[in-house]
Amino acid sequence: MPRSGREPVCASARRYARPQRRATVFDARTGNVNPMLKRLFIFFTLILVAAIFSDVALNYSEHTELSRLAQHYASKGPEELGAANLVTSVVVTYRGLDTLGEVTVLFISAAGVGLMLRRRKHPDTVVPARKPASELVETAARLLMPMVFVFGVYVFANGHLTPGGGFQGGAIIASGVLLLLLAMPQAQLSHRLIGFTESLSGFSYVVVGVLGIVLAGGFLDNRILPLGSFGSLFSAGAIPIIYVFVGLKVGSELSAVVDRFRSDESKPEL
Amino acid sequence: MTGLPVSTYVLSTGLALILIGLWGLLMQKNIIRMIIGFSLVDTGIHMVMIAIGYVTGGTAPIIDSAVPIKDAATRVVDPVPSALVLTAIVIGLGVTAVMLSYAVNIYREKKSLSIDDCSESKW
Repeated sequence: MPRSGREPVCASARRYARPQRRATVFDARTGNVNPMLKRLFIFFTLILVAAIFSDVALNYSEHTELSRLAQHYASKGPEELGAANLVTSVVVTYRGLDTLGEVTVLFISAAGVGLMLRRRKHPDTVVPARKPASELVETAARLLMPMVFVFGVYVFANGHLTPGGGFQGGAIIASGVLLLLLAMPQAQLSHRLIGFTESLSGFSYVVVGVLGIVLAGGFLDNRILPLGSFGSLFSAGAIPIIYVFVGLKVGSELSAVVDRFRSDESKPEL
Repeated sequence: MTGLPVSTYVLSTGLALILIGLWGLLMQKNIIRMIIGFSLVDTGIHMVMIAIGYVTGGTAPIIDSAVPIKDAATRVVDPVPSALVLTAIVIGLGVTAVMLSYAVNIYREKKSLSIDDCSESKW
């Protein structure tokens, strides 16, 4: 509903500020619940939730041994999958389908952001020139950018050996892109490149998963490649390959999201 | 050191963060603050999950020279909650991004970030 000109900016603020003639519980005309009553309800809700939480916290006792599932993952996982990082073996292989779903959710949310913040072309509006970043920021960004990218690639290529993985590495790459956009506000990201990287890596991820059905035990099984020597870079079968694809996909998606939010800010009002 | 196990602190902090976030979601009028409240709830849930996965004296579930394979089942923390939190962080990020773009659109439409001005969906 577009706002008509004579209405104040915040209609309800005025409504609340006006001295109440009669403390009504519910104002049928405006649909407002008495603010004091509302606060009271919220207060009691929080008290009740806090009671549940304190019960949880007081009766909590730390585990002294792993659950049977986790014991299986910890004792059999390294032999079965060859990944030194047990979290990675759970994320990429044992619960690989969840991760595929997670990547899909991230893709949908990136697409949603792109749809909602889409640029509307208007011929007569001019994008105001952005203030350039200072020389220091620009030089530092030029120096740091390659290192940030290399570090991101390192994190996702070593996801099966060290803490890290595709999502973390992708986030690091996207933070590098954010640095670029901060230092060079006029820079234009190539949406064709981002879209291409994203679709290619998403497609390859699914292809690797399907290859698991054909060559190994099931969808997303990592044993389509030899497991290699435990603890080396080229080990754990398909896990590093999957994580490279996940890293590229997450990196390009998050870069696109960051770029959408940026472009929107400088856009003239329509 | 007090007698309380270390994961109790993480658990209590997580639960407190959830409460603060809920308070923010229910009490604040500004949409950005409500999104911050949501992020606090999100972070609190992650901390609770991590605390539940902790095993007394456990270390990171990564097999290397410090944790040989034969000891793995007795010396590491539960890898499953860590994996779930990894998923939850990414999903939380996606949800936050979508919420923020909604906030941008609401501001563009109404020139206000107050939730009170979004009265069309009020019943």
